[in-house]
Amino acid sequence: MVSFNYVIKDELGIHARPAGLLVKEAGKLGSKIMICKGEKKGDAKKIFGIMGLAVKQNDEITVTVEGDTEEADAEVIKNFLENNL
Amino acid sequence: MNVLEGKSVFSGIAIGKISILQKVDTSVKRVHIEDVEAETARVEQAKDTAVAQLQKLYEKAVQEVGESGAAIFEVHQMMLDDEDYLDSIRNIIHTESVNAEYAVATTGDNFATMFAEMDDDYMKARAADVKDISDRLVRVLSGSGDGDLEASEPVIVVAEDLAPSETVQMDKSKVLAFVTRKGSSNSHTAILARTMNIPALINIEYDDSMNGKMAIVDGKGGRLIIDSDAETLKKFEDMKEEEQRQRAMLKELKGKATETKSGHKLHLYANIGSLSDVASVLTNDAEGIGLFRSEFIYLEKDNYPTEEEQFQIYKTVAQNMAGKKVIIRTLDIGADKQIDYFQMAHEENPAMGYRAIRICLDRPEVFKTQLRALFRASVFGNISIMYPMIISVTEVKQIKAIVEEVKKELTEQGIPFKEDVEQGVMIETPAAVMISDLLAKEVDFFSIGTNDLTQYTLAIDRQNAKLDNIYDSHHEAVLRMIQMVVENAHKEGIWAGICGELGADTTLTERFVKMGVDELSVSPTFVLPVRKIVREMN
Repeated sequence: MVSFNYVIKDELGIHARPAGLLVKEAGKLGSKIMICKGEKKGDAKKIFGIMGLAVKQNDEITVTVEGDTEEADAEVIKNFLENNL
Repeated sequence: MNVLEGKSVFSGIAIGKISILQKVDTSVKRVHIEDVEAETARVEQAKDTAVAQLQKLYEKAVQEVGESGAAIFEVHQMMLDDEDYLDSIRNIIHTESVNAEYAVATTGDNFATMFAEMDDDYMKARAADVKDISDRLVRVLSGSGDGDLEASEPVIVVAEDLAPSETVQMDKSKVLAFVTRKGSSNSHTAILARTMNIPALINIEYDDSMNGKMAIVDGKGGRLIIDSDAETLKKFEDMKEEEQRQRAMLKELKGKATETKSGHKLHLYANIGSLSDVASVLTNDAEGIGLFRSEFIYLEKDNYPTEEEQFQIYKTVAQNMAGKKVIIRTLDIGADKQIDYFQMAHEENPAMGYRAIRICLDRPEVFKTQLRALFRASVFGNISIMYPMIISVTEVKQIKAIVEEVKKELTEQGIPFKEDVEQGVMIETPAAVMISDLLAKEVDFFSIGTNDLTQYTLAIDRQNAKLDNIYDSHHEAVLRMIQMVVENAHKEGIWAGICGELGADTTLTERFVKMGVDELSVSPTFVLPVRKIVREMN
């Protein structure tokens, strides 16, 4: 399992549009990808899972990636976050 | 005349007949079901149909509002495809042996509640998205129609609330404006209305008797005016015409350089008096902010604004302008702008009295608070600082000494700021004009405040109506002063601009360009008219 932290820079937080893009991106990957904010946890492949976290600007999230290609997949998600959120 | 007060989400004006949109009834009955498998299969089928409908809407929206505005329909498709959402529906059908419509409506309500309870306005507004997709699914399941707009002529669409899907579905050639009772400025409908340039109001308490009546949507004042009198109607017709003219000009001139045919460039900035004016700066395509009157921050409060309050405002403006120049003028009160908590004594002649930089140098603690906020904000964008009402080099040297103290303090406290923030002075007294050669050695730029300069030069009180006939804003004395200031600035390699009302006087634009004026800062609505003139010059 690989995990990393990320602080959201986008003013609106993970709002509908980037949440949709994230689901799309995560859906392409083989690993199981979870996003945690504090106590709450959401599946990155499910739109309600992500939006339900209500991640706001300056919130720190922890991303965990688990699977055969976890290293590479974590990199993809990291890039996505940096470019979009 | 009946005036309904609400909130504007887009400041356009529309005049036309009201058409109240009746919602298709999506209330569902709970029905006991024997064959739960068949019911689950119905959901699956209806979901596929709904997703296909949304894909069509997405394609339509891409055409009308572009990729980013359309993205919400992709998100809606994902929501319908979401395993948690579908699991909840299946689960309700199986455990309660109920019909699909009921299971969808219940799931929709549950998920909407989850969003509605979040402590974030944006996320709260997402409850409407969940309702929207659930209603769609119920409509497909029960075979009812889409609730489309039926109108033979363009109308003002009035509704309880509008889902983004409803907004996009409508034939835009039939929509003059959107008016809703509910909704928020974060709703997708509001966002779409802005993207499509359709006037929109929310929080309007209409009633059904208004259907078919003539009305005015006043997007500037956030009002719906029904049965208006002839005079009001005329006023809004004129405003609408002006707005259309402005829009046509914008289409023609937006993104174009402010330069003459021979390639002489001019910086064309806008004057603002508050944070909310930034939107108008951007929509009118100004290249920066040439005068941000910081006194509004003080005028709006009943005590001295803190460093943090000021910092947040300067930072926001700098960020919103995204690297474009933002020239902030330090506190300019006194004269016609009085503030109670400054407790200034009554003066016989306030225009020539205790005002602007004179107050700041006399009360350095007030001045330093503002300077600290400005320097702290400087790292978030392209901020310049401008000092008003200068009459001597000594004043500039005093300002510089205070600035150095502020920088030293910030450095000691480890607070980041930009070392080389551009600093300039306003030239608005004849004294400053006459010593502009000396001032030019001390500062980075000049901005000529023509309103005060004219009143001090002609010795005419602008507020005195009796003197209107001899107050000549084109007085040769003032124009020669501008010429002198520009020449002295250029000799020292600094730039000189005009931020007074004269800068927006299009009958003088050509003369200013010929004088070598580097920058004009005007009210946002004058940006494009001035650009037009410059582009027509040789």
